Amino acid sequence: MGYTLNFDAVWRNFDDLLWGLGLSLLLAVTAIGIGCLLGLVLAFGRISRSRLLSVPANAYVTLLRNLPLLVLVLFSFFALPQLGLRLSKQNSFVLALALYSAAYLAEVFRGGLLGVPRGLREAGLAIGLTEGQIRRRITLPVMFRAVLPALGSTFIGLFKDTSLAAAIAVPELTFEARKINVETFRVIETWLVASGLYIATCSILAALLRRVEARLAI
Amino acid sequence: MNAPPSFVDIVWIARWPLLYGLGTTVAVSLLAILGGTVLGTLLGLALTYGNRVVRLLARAYTDIVRGTPVLVLVLASFYILGTVGLDLSAFQAGVLALTLFCASHVGEITRGALQTLHKGQTEAAKAIGLTFGQTFRYVLGPQALRLALPPLVNTAAEMVKASTLLSVIGVAELLLRTQEVISRAFHSLEFYLLAGFLYFVVNYAIERLGRAVERRVSVQ
Repeated sequence: MGYTLNFDAVWRNFDDLLWGLGLSLLLAVTAIGIGCLLGLVLAFGRISRSRLLSVPANAYVTLLRNLPLLVLVLFSFFALPQLGLRLSKQNSFVLALALYSAAYLAEVFRGGLLGVPRGLREAGLAIGLTEGQIRRRITLPVMFRAVLPALGSTFIGLFKDTSLAAAIAVPELTFEARKINVETFRVIETWLVASGLYIATCSILAALLRRVEARLAI
Repeated sequence: MNAPPSFVDIVWIARWPLLYGLGTTVAVSLLAILGGTVLGTLLGLALTYGNRVVRLLARAYTDIVRGTPVLVLVLASFYILGTVGLDLSAFQAGVLALTLFCASHVGEITRGALQTLHKGQTEAAKAIGLTFGQTFRYVLGPQALRLALPPLVNTAAEMVKASTLLSVIGVAELLLRTQEVISRAFHSLEFYLLAGFLYFVVNYAIERLGRAVERRVSVQ
């Protein structure tokens, strides 16, 4: 064996890893932002009484949840240009991750919407609010608080999924780690530091989310 | 004056590599699910019934593996094992990474299911003189399995999806085979759709099968 740990090469390139981590977070935030909007629309579609809305929404969720994310990522980068949609590496990855996350978030939101007590809606009607006002002022805030824990773990999952962007050479954390690995051959050190960064970020995100939950709890 | 081969022609020409890739995907997923289930069940037992040291170790393992992206596990396993002198093929390194990942999830699922069971059950089993092994075999195990089945089915589908990541380290599973065919014959749109369709079929089958088993074992 005779392998001596030497972290010098990794520390020299540590800035690259940190920039990569920053990009990973940016990709996750952007994707989940778009995914939340789409997921919310899908969730309302799924609980809708109109089959015209619920059937397509259900089909979307079933389809996207059963597709590997990497297939979506490659499709969005390599195949969409054939349909005339040419996006940069970053944008095509965000598109793939947003569409993928929307399916999972739709499940999360659907559960939350079904959990909003009926009485709240009726109370809203009783004081003369319109359907739109009820949705905006009552249903959504109540649902949002209920789904926060699930939303948080979905976000952490998506953050880890940004590592797939390395497959289309987006310079995020995994890509940078692989580059350092190949350039310096400090294999063990590189992957220890890279997974350390992922684990640390996940823990920090989890702690932050717990604080937000505690803040918003009634 | 031959017309360029159509998509269907190319699929037919490339049918064996593609089917072979699909077979590899199924093999990788099955190995990872089986290994991960065995290891994960032990992990779940350690998390629930272990003494402090065992629990701490099992918790550390679970948190570390679950905090790391699967792709990083796959790449780390592929590059690191070679460096420390373990000469594994890409296939073996990849299956190992997926197994470890699967085990961490199954471990959490098992722990969750076992902790949901009422304490009185264990006490009743003790009172009629069952050993711990018997208690687990006849009382806790069957109930925990029923509770754990839906998330386990989910995990199985997740593993099929995660098997695509082995294409990055050069395991010739379905996605890598698809990419190879595309690099020779183009039609990337159609071929990615085909791969997506095949993955969907496999996962949908797992989901349906899982539902059927759930109905079969449900008490009502």
